[in-house]
Amino acid sequence: MAVAQPRLPGWFRLRLPSWPWRFTWAYLVLVLFLPLAGMLLKAAGVGPQSFWELATTPEALAAYKVSFGVAALASLVNGVFGLLVAWALIRRRFPGQRLLDSLIDLPFALPTAVAGLALSFVYGPEGWLGKPLMQLFGLKVSFTVVGVGVAMVFISLPFVVRTVEPVLRSLEKEQEEAAWSLGASPMQTFFRVVLPQLMPAILGGVAQGYSRAVGEYGSVVMISSNVPFRDLITPTLIVQKLEEYDFEAATVIGSVMLIFSLISLLLINLLQVWGQRYQGSEGSN
Amino acid sequence: MAFTIPPLRDIKPPRWVKPSFNLSDRNWLPELIPITACLYVGVVILLPALAVVVQAFAKGLGVFLANFQSEELLSALKLTLIVTAIAVPCNTVFGLAAATAIARRRFRGKALLLSIIDLPFSISPVVVGLMLVLLYSPSHGLLAPVINSLGWKIIFSWPGIVLATIIVTFPFMAREVIPLLEEEGWEQEEAAKTLGATDWQVFWKVTLPSVRWAALYGLILTTARALGEFGAVSVVSGNIRAETQTLPLFVEDAYKQYQTELAFGAAMVLGGVAIVSLLLKLLVEQLLERDKKAARLDQEG
Repeated sequence: MAVAQPRLPGWFRLRLPSWPWRFTWAYLVLVLFLPLAGMLLKAAGVGPQSFWELATTPEALAAYKVSFGVAALASLVNGVFGLLVAWALIRRRFPGQRLLDSLIDLPFALPTAVAGLALSFVYGPEGWLGKPLMQLFGLKVSFTVVGVGVAMVFISLPFVVRTVEPVLRSLEKEQEEAAWSLGASPMQTFFRVVLPQLMPAILGGVAQGYSRAVGEYGSVVMISSNVPFRDLITPTLIVQKLEEYDFEAATVIGSVMLIFSLISLLLINLLQVWGQRYQGSEGSN
Repeated sequence: MAFTIPPLRDIKPPRWVKPSFNLSDRNWLPELIPITACLYVGVVILLPALAVVVQAFAKGLGVFLANFQSEELLSALKLTLIVTAIAVPCNTVFGLAAATAIARRRFRGKALLLSIIDLPFSISPVVVGLMLVLLYSPSHGLLAPVINSLGWKIIFSWPGIVLATIIVTFPFMAREVIPLLEEEGWEQEEAAKTLGATDWQVFWKVTLPSVRWAALYGLILTTARALGEFGAVSVVSGNIRAETQTLPLFVEDAYKQYQTELAFGAAMVLGGVAIVSLLLKLLVEQLLERDKKAARLDQEG
């Protein structure tokens, strides 16, 4: 502070950016912006008319339906069970808790190809769960849409648990005690007092898990039969189009996925801003 | 007669006072929560993880070790290690540079820049691979003339695999280090500067030591993901056995060719790395927590 810098108005004060700053931007341009721009240019070169046609072919529509629909179901399931697991980890004490806690991170750490291999074995016709499920309920899991759902559930579970945990930990017990002392039943306390405060975190986790499940390729491609109109997901469709050297279709479908990721990123950020309302109240105490 | 006050623990509250605010007293529902949670995680996560271990060693250790005589597995392992050895240092340097450049500054669009850095997390890996193909493919790529005249081969070769791995893994480091630097503030660096340290010295002697555990944590995450990346790499690699096949690609390929033992052997290697990285992460998390506590005490004291 002792050094008095000469104060110049306007942009005269701007110095040449520092080295880390220049390096960061150069790296980002080379690694991220260049490929992004390339894809947008290619997509723009297709032309709006044929872009729309390629983006809405029956094959593509069926793939969107599987990807977005099954991912929605999977992340809803994880919304419920993720809350349950987070609750068990934060509010309860039981043997094996540490193990449960570290298992949650496994889907992040395990390469998706390994997850796909494991799931397609476990739920395969001769697998530990695939065989009993087939015999008891006649439910075929691997090589069907159900298998796609199972892989997406595996992939997206940690997101909900890890976003709900810190919020649940910071909730004040006093509020629940107050609700209880005013005569609320445990159910009322949960639904009227606790759940509304957890809601932004749950939705944020579900949205992150959903976005990940929609983009997931490695584990799904191994458990699904990859047959169009049945259980073919959108990323696999892109790969198939590339293998057929149909670059235009691949570009168009890829752009649809890219637009979806940008929208979901925006949504997740908005959810985080919303969630900070509750974290703010914690800070003021 | 002397009046003695009984010890505190012997004083019982009157009957009408409820013993505690514990909501779970007479309720069976809360007891059910951990059981359900364990069952769910057991079926969804633990069972598949166990399946890899059991299948890898199903026919004994000998068969498992015999997998490593497969030339194709070994060359896939080698390529994976080479790619990781290039991608991780690049991303480490980027992560640290981005953190020192961004964290201590306030500027318009900072939140936007941070979300841009996070972008690879939300883009499907397949789309990342597609972007690289559209840019560098020798037949259809935008930069095809440049690449062909230089005689480079990027797609269906190792540079493409390295690039794909870099894109998918570069946010981890910056993401771990930036919040920590933001929290810590500038004072120590300013002190070092007024004492005559150069920027480079400040970075090595002040900034880097203060974020060392976060950086290590980011390094572990980057390495784990780089070793296991599948989607982006599979699009750009061309999947040629013993040439451009990384270990995760080998797992899928071997499984498709009904070489189940090889597939599970390779999967076990990757799974082992994942478990080691999880254990390291737990360790570093504790160190990080300790450092954060110390920093908080410093600020308060």
